[in-house]
Amino acid sequence: MNPTPLHLLWLLCAPLALGLLAWVRPPRHSGLVLLLALPLPLVALWLALGLEAGPMAGRLGLGPLVLHWRLDGLAALLWLLTHLLLLASALYAVGYARATVLDARAYAWLWPLLGGLALGLGLIWIAADLLLLYAGLELMGLCAVGMMLLPGSIEALSAGLRYLLYALVGSLAWLLGIALLLGAWSRLDLAGLAALAQPDAVTQIALALLTSGLLLKAAIFPLHSWLAPVHGSAWTPVSALHGALVVKASFFILLTLWRVLLPEAIAGAWTLGALGSLAVLWGGVQAWRAAGLKQLVAWSTVGQLGYLMLAFPLLAGTSANIATLAWQGTWLQLAGHALAKAAMFMAVGNLLLSTGKNQLEGLTGTSRRLPLSLLTFGLAAVTLMGLPPSAGFTAKWLLLQAALAAGQWPWVLVLVLGTLLTAIYIFRVLRCSFVEDAPEPMLCTLPLGMDLIAFTLALAAIALGLAAGWPLSLLGQTVVP
Amino acid sequence: MSALLPLATLASSLLTAGVIFMLPEQAARARTALNLVAAMTKLVLVMWMARGLIAGQVYAVEFPVAEGLAFVLRVDALGLTFAGLSSLLWLFTTIYAIGYLENSPNRRRFFGFFSLCVASTLGISLAGNLFTLLIFYELLTLSTYPLVAHRGTPQALVAATVYLRYTLSAGLVLMVGMVALQVLAGDLRFGQREILAHLGEAYHPLLIGLFWLLILGFGVKAALVPLHGWLPRAMVAPAPVSALLHAVAVVKAGAFGILRLVYDVYGIGFSAALGVLDGLVAIACVTIVYGSIRALTQEELKPRLAFSTVSQVAYIVLGIGLFGPLGTIAALAHLLHQGLMKVTLFFCAGNYAEELGIHRIDELDGVGRRMPLSSLAFTVGALGMIGLPPVVGFVTKWTLGMGAMQAEQPWVLAVLVFSTLLNAAYFLPILNRLWFRPGPAHGVGTWPCERAPSRLETSAWLLLPALATALLSLLAGMLAGLPFSPLQWATWVVNQTYLALLI
Repeated sequence: MNPTPLHLLWLLCAPLALGLLAWVRPPRHSGLVLLLALPLPLVALWLALGLEAGPMAGRLGLGPLVLHWRLDGLAALLWLLTHLLLLASALYAVGYARATVLDARAYAWLWPLLGGLALGLGLIWIAADLLLLYAGLELMGLCAVGMMLLPGSIEALSAGLRYLLYALVGSLAWLLGIALLLGAWSRLDLAGLAALAQPDAVTQIALALLTSGLLLKAAIFPLHSWLAPVHGSAWTPVSALHGALVVKASFFILLTLWRVLLPEAIAGAWTLGALGSLAVLWGGVQAWRAAGLKQLVAWSTVGQLGYLMLAFPLLAGTSANIATLAWQGTWLQLAGHALAKAAMFMAVGNLLLSTGKNQLEGLTGTSRRLPLSLLTFGLAAVTLMGLPPSAGFTAKWLLLQAALAAGQWPWVLVLVLGTLLTAIYIFRVLRCSFVEDAPEPMLCTLPLGMDLIAFTLALAAIALGLAAGWPLSLLGQTVVP
Repeated sequence: MSALLPLATLASSLLTAGVIFMLPEQAARARTALNLVAAMTKLVLVMWMARGLIAGQVYAVEFPVAEGLAFVLRVDALGLTFAGLSSLLWLFTTIYAIGYLENSPNRRRFFGFFSLCVASTLGISLAGNLFTLLIFYELLTLSTYPLVAHRGTPQALVAATVYLRYTLSAGLVLMVGMVALQVLAGDLRFGQREILAHLGEAYHPLLIGLFWLLILGFGVKAALVPLHGWLPRAMVAPAPVSALLHAVAVVKAGAFGILRLVYDVYGIGFSAALGVLDGLVAIACVTIVYGSIRALTQEELKPRLAFSTVSQVAYIVLGIGLFGPLGTIAALAHLLHQGLMKVTLFFCAGNYAEELGIHRIDELDGVGRRMPLSSLAFTVGALGMIGLPPVVGFVTKWTLGMGAMQAEQPWVLAVLVFSTLLNAAYFLPILNRLWFRPGPAHGVGTWPCERAPSRLETSAWLLLPALATALLSLLAGMLAGLPFSPLQWATWVVNQTYLALLI
C-alpha cells in the first residue's frame, strides 16, 4: 500500500483529535489517550519510506482559494522528527504532572494545545504556498504562546504575553510581505513564485518584511530577547518542544522563502549568515554567564540556532557540491539539535525537580545521586558541542567542509569559536557535579520513565551522527520547490 | 575479509562501559569480574587479529555516514601495534585500578569511563580514515575528563579544566585540518599515500601548512613542547589514571596520530620531500631536552615522572622525523617500550603513595627495605628510562642512534647522549634514596601516612601488575632478537608496509 493524500490528512488531524479527547477526559486518563498516539511516529516513518519514488504534491481548492501542498523527503523527515518529539514530550508531561503539583485545569489544556501545535507544524512542513504557511505558523505560534501561559505564575504570564506581542508583530510583518508579493505577482504558491518572481525592489522589500517577522519568531539575534525568560518559567515538556521544534519551524520557512524568492542574493545571505554568527557568539557568552540551569539551556538555543543561519551564505551562489554539503549539514544540525535540546531540557527539568535548586551549584553530588539525569545532560551536551560521535559532529564536519570548499573563511572561525563557547558553558555545569566536599543535598526521587525518555532522545541524537546515511539519502539534493 | 573481529573488539570495551554504568555502585564484585573478563577478551581478540594479519587476512568494516564520508575500521600492522599495547597494558591497569580504588566512592563512574577510554583508544588504533580517527580521538578526550576530575577536589577540577582547554582546542584544530584535507583529496583512507603527493607542486605550500596544523592538533596530546602544559597538572588524578594518560592512552594517541599522519596520510617519502621531517626532529629534540631539564627540578615524584613522559614520548616523534627504516623502527618500538616502562613507574609511584603516603622524592629514603619488590620494579623502569641494557630503553636509544646515523643527522646523537645524562641525573638520586639512604625502615623518622601492614608489602592487586610490567620491560629488552618482541614486531611492520613504498 502506498501513502495517499488521505493518509496525510489523517496524520495531520490525529494529534489534534487525540488532544481534544484528552481534554474532555479526566486528567488521570491522559496516559491512556497517549497510548493511542504511540503509532503516530510509525505512520510518519511509513510516509517517509513511501516517498522513495518521489515527492507527493497536490492542491486543495476551497472556493476561490487554492492551497498547494507538497511532501518531499525533507518534509517527511521533519514530520517524523516532530512526531517523535511530540510523543516523547507528551509522555514526559504525564510523568511531570505526577512529580509536580500542576493546576488540573491548566494541565488539561496542555493536550489540545499540543494537538494544535502538531497540526501547525505538520502544515508548515507540507505547505507549498504562503497562505498555508501562514496558517500553520499562526496556529503553531498561538498554541506555543498558550502552552507558555499554562503555569499561570506572574513570570510565566509576563514572559508569555511578551512572547505573544512579539509573535503578533512578526505576523503583521509577515502579512504585509504576503500582500506585497500577491500584489506584485498575483500568486502565492511557492512553485509559481519561484518561476515568476524577479529579484526586483518589491520582492526584496517583501522578503525583508517576511524575514524580519520570521527572525523574530525564530529568536535569531538580535531579535532573541524574548526566548530566555519564556523558557525560565515554562513547564519542562513545553520548553523542550519549543526549543526543539517551534523556533526551528520559523527557520525552515525562512530558508524555503529565500531559496524560492532570492536564491542568488549574496549580500542578503551573507547578512543572515553574519546575524547567525553573532547569535552563536552572543548566545554562547550569555549561556556562559547564566546563573540558572534553565536560562543556560535557553541561551544555548539562541547560540545553536545561529549555526543554522550559516546555511544562507553557503547555499547562495555556491556550486552544487558545496550547496549539497551545506544543505545536508544544516538539516542534520537541525535534527540533532532538536533531539539533543529536548533531551537536555528534560534532563535539566529532572535535575531541578530532584534537587529543588535552579542554580548550577545545586548540582554538587549529583554525579553520584542522579547519575542518569546527569549522563543524559552530558550526552545531549556532546551533540550541542558538536563532539563525536553525534549528529552535531557530523553536521559540523559537513558545514566546515562546505565553508572551506567555498572559501568562506569567516564561518570556519564561527564554527570553531561556537564550539569552544559551548564547551565552556557545558563544562561549567558538569564541573559542578564533580564537587565532592559540599554537604549532601536533599533529593526527591522521580519516576524512572522521565529519565529514560530524556536518555532515549539524547542517545538518538548521538546515534544520528553515525547513522546519518539513511536520512541524508532521503534528503536528496538541494531543491527549489 | 572479515568485519566481525574489529567490531567485536571495539564492542568488548564499549559494552563493558555500558553494563558498568547500569550496575549499581555497590556491585563491586560483578564489576571487577566484568572488567577482568572484558580486558582478557579484548587481549585475546587483538592477538587473534594479529595472527590473522600475519597470515594475510583482511579485517575491515565500513559504512557511509554522508556522501563521500565513511566510518571505516581497518586493521593494519601499525594500528595493531597500538591496539596490542593498549589492550595488554589495559589488563594490568585494570587490575591495578581495582586494587587502588578499593572502597573509594564513585567507582561505577570511574570504571565506566575507564572502559570508554580504552574503547576510544582501540578505535583510534583501528580507524581507517581521518574522520573515524577524529571520532575516537575526541571520544578519548571526553572519556578521560571524568577520570582526571575524579577526586572532585579543587585541584582536580582545575587540572581537568586545563586538560579540556588544551585537548578540545586541539581537537578543533585537528578537525579544521582534516576537513581541509578532505576538501583537497576526498575521503582519504590510510595508506593511500599517493593522493596528496600527486596533487601537484602548486599545492605544496598548502599541504605543508596543513601538516603543521595537524601536528599542532596531535602535538597537544603527545605533549610536545610548548603544548605540554596539561600533562604535569593532570598528575592530581588517581595513579591508574596517570598510568593511563602517560603510558597507554592519551599521549600515545597523540604520538600515534603523528605516526598515521606521516606514514599513512602524507607518506614518509612525500613528507621528506616537503621538508617537514626536519622540523619534527627539531621539535622532538627541544622537547626531549626541555622535558628532562624540567623533570630534574621537580621535587615530587609524580610531576618528575610526568616531565619524564614529555621527554620520552618525544623519542617517538624523533624516530618519525629521522627519515629511514631504522628511525621508523625506533619510533614504533619505543611506542611499546615507553608504555611498558612508564606504566611500571606509575604503578610504583602509586604504591608508595597508597602504602606509605609518599609523594615527595625526599620522603623516599630507605623505601627499598620496606617495599623491596615495588622498589625493584621501579628500579627496572628507571634504568630502562635511562637506557641501560638489558632493559628495553636501551634498545630504543640504540636504534634511534643508528637511525640518526642512517638519516645522516649525527648531531642527534649528541641530543641522545645529553638526554641520557639528564635521565640519569633525575632517576639515579631516586634510586639512591630507595636503596642506600637510611629511612623510617631503618628507624630514622616516620612515613608520612603508613597503611596497616599486610602479608605482602602492599596489596597484591597493586603489587602484581607493577612486577609484571617490570618483568615484561626486562624481557622485551633481553629477548629483543626473538620474534614477537616489540623490536622484531616493529621491524616486521616496517618491512611489511613502509620499505616497499619507500623506493
